[in-house]
Amino acid sequence: MSALYSALGAGFLFGIGLWVSGMANPKKVLGFLDITGDWDASLMLVMGGAVAVTLVAFRFVLRRPAPLFDKRFFIPETKSIDFPLVAGSALFGVGWGIAGYCPGPALTALSTLSSETIVFVIAMIAGGLLHKFVTQRESKT
Amino acid sequence: MHDFTPISALIGGALIGAASVWLLAANGRIAGISSILHGMLSPVALPDVPWRAWFIAGLLAAGLAWQAFAGPVPLREGFPAGWAAAAGLLVGFGTRMGGGCTSGHGVCGLGRLSLRSLVAVIVFMAAGMAATYVVRHVLGIAS
Repeated sequence: MSALYSALGAGFLFGIGLWVSGMANPKKVLGFLDITGDWDASLMLVMGGAVAVTLVAFRFVLRRPAPLFDKRFFIPETKSIDFPLVAGSALFGVGWGIAGYCPGPALTALSTLSSETIVFVIAMIAGGLLHKFVTQRESKT
Repeated sequence: MHDFTPISALIGGALIGAASVWLLAANGRIAGISSILHGMLSPVALPDVPWRAWFIAGLLAAGLAWQAFAGPVPLREGFPAGWAAAAGLLVGFGTRMGGGCTSGHGVCGLGRLSLRSLVAVIVFMAAGMAATYVVRHVLGIAS
């Protein structure tokens, strides 16, 4: 049970960070991505502030034999720089640049009950499931 | 750059980083939101679902708490629903194909010095800037 409370707390803190930083506001995000407009560099500092923390603290965390509430760390082992990585990131970037939402901000902004966010999140879930469907079909043939 | 908010950006960013460190240190998991969401809705194994659901509940609760204490947030008006749907599809499909989003590849991947994540970040930033340019300045959509 403590693992679940811990996940809840981490999600809550993550969400508060999104709101404090301005990431949960799509207009703020697009003000960053729109480099030919009235460019707002703030989001560079959001990423910078976040990575400064993970860069230092991950080192210490991963030196431990295991996390507090589980038997081992679950770290992605894929290292390859391949077509799906580049093409997928490009598709994601295009969607991000159209609406100003990436997955975390879209989820926490659901709390505003604005119709654009609800539509975006439903479509985002559908997109993820569509990818699963397509890759499963490919692996069967 | 009259919208530049360096202090709140840095503090908010540090909180996001701290939450990612928390999830790794306590639960042993990478705080990649697209992976957490997809793994909840389309699980590989059932015991893998609850912590994801609780993390996402935390994200939603943060939105409610923020609006309760900081007041209602200004909402964007008039962004076309069709574009929101298209963008959502691209984000959902693209993050699964590329194995991560701004949090998984960005905050956590860069923190792990993953070259794969660095490539992803450069690609989605560049694609995002190009798409925003086209949507706002070529197509003239108010976004």
